[in-house]
Amino acid sequence: MANKNNEALKQPVWLNNPVVVQILGICSALAVTSQLKPAIVMGLSVTVIVAMSNVIISLLRNTIPNRIRIIVQLVVVAALVTIVSEILKAFAYDVSVQLSVYIGLIITNCILMGRLEAFAMQNGPWESFLDGIGNGLGYAFILIVVAFVRELFGSGKLFGFQVVPQWCYDHGYLNNGFMIMAPMALILVGCVIWIHRSINKDLQEK
Amino acid sequence: MEHFFSLLVRSIFVDNMIFAFFLGMCSFLAVSKNVKTALGLGVAVIFVQLITLPVNYLLQTKVLGPLGLEFLSFILFIAVIAGIVQLVEMVVEKFSPSLYASLGIFLPLIAVNCAIMGGSLFMQQRIGMDPADTQAIACFGDSVAFALGSGIGWALAIVCLAAIREKLEYADVPKPLKGVGITFITVGLMALAFQCFSGLSI
Repeated sequence: MANKNNEALKQPVWLNNPVVVQILGICSALAVTSQLKPAIVMGLSVTVIVAMSNVIISLLRNTIPNRIRIIVQLVVVAALVTIVSEILKAFAYDVSVQLSVYIGLIITNCILMGRLEAFAMQNGPWESFLDGIGNGLGYAFILIVVAFVRELFGSGKLFGFQVVPQWCYDHGYLNNGFMIMAPMALILVGCVIWIHRSINKDLQEK
Repeated sequence: MEHFFSLLVRSIFVDNMIFAFFLGMCSFLAVSKNVKTALGLGVAVIFVQLITLPVNYLLQTKVLGPLGLEFLSFILFIAVIAGIVQLVEMVVEKFSPSLYASLGIFLPLIAVNCAIMGGSLFMQQRIGMDPADTQAIACFGDSVAFALGSGIGWALAIVCLAAIREKLEYADVPKPLKGVGITFITVGLMALAFQCFSGLSI
């Protein structure tokens, strides 16, 4: 049993990553990654929400009628997202402005519905909690990698602090403004998938 | 009337749901293997968007706004979307079995499509904007224009991607990039092309 719990936590972080293997929750993963700070806040929010909603649904799993389960799941998730959004507005207002609609869009984040349907409806609360944490961390991991590259090359900063020293600029180094724009996020995720699949050869298609 | 059209054109090309905001990415990538199904899903999205967004607009301006209950908007919007999707599914099944046969499988997917929820959330943000701004949604008509534009923009994007992916079948793609990887890069290049529209002054 301990082994299975361990798997539930570790598997989604690398081998069965929700973003690059299951291709879930792409929308927000791309939109919030132009800087590291919002990416980390988003990763943490999603981790908390997936874990909590997994626990709640797994506790309710035997009482939910099958026909209306999607609506029940959506209401549970929406309530949790509302709480997180209000907390962010109260304690981290500037980040919540930066994330704008994407906090609300956690509700329709496919990672949540995917995990609730595929895992929490069949497993106990503790396993579901670990599965939620694992998937949240896997999501956060990809967000941080993409945001790191985009912020470093796009504006020469990390967490808003200047990293590329001034003398580089004096010798003609320029920030790559293209990194900040939307298309580069897609291309970078494509490259992350490329690297991930060259390491894990079993995942390659045909 | 002028504002209606500029909002419509703007939300199709400049503020395209996929290429500018990455909304509805999951089903966009999953259901774009051939043009016919992609078109079906695109039409279904336009349809649902056109109903849910104006309804949510009325809820926001007539109920939530005056009562100061904005923090309930997430729950309410998603409930409206899920409810309407269910309703549309039942109505279409009853009155047009042929349409149901082609759209049927996609309708439940749409309830959790971020493009729909995102449309409503953007609408909520834009209500307070200066009416001179081309993005502003100041009246009921504007919300219909935004719904139509964002739906068409999404459908346009998925049909284009499906067409490209059909051709890509014959390309010699490096093994680890096959499937999802190359699709991401394709979408990135398409988004790059769509960036040209951002200079469009309407």
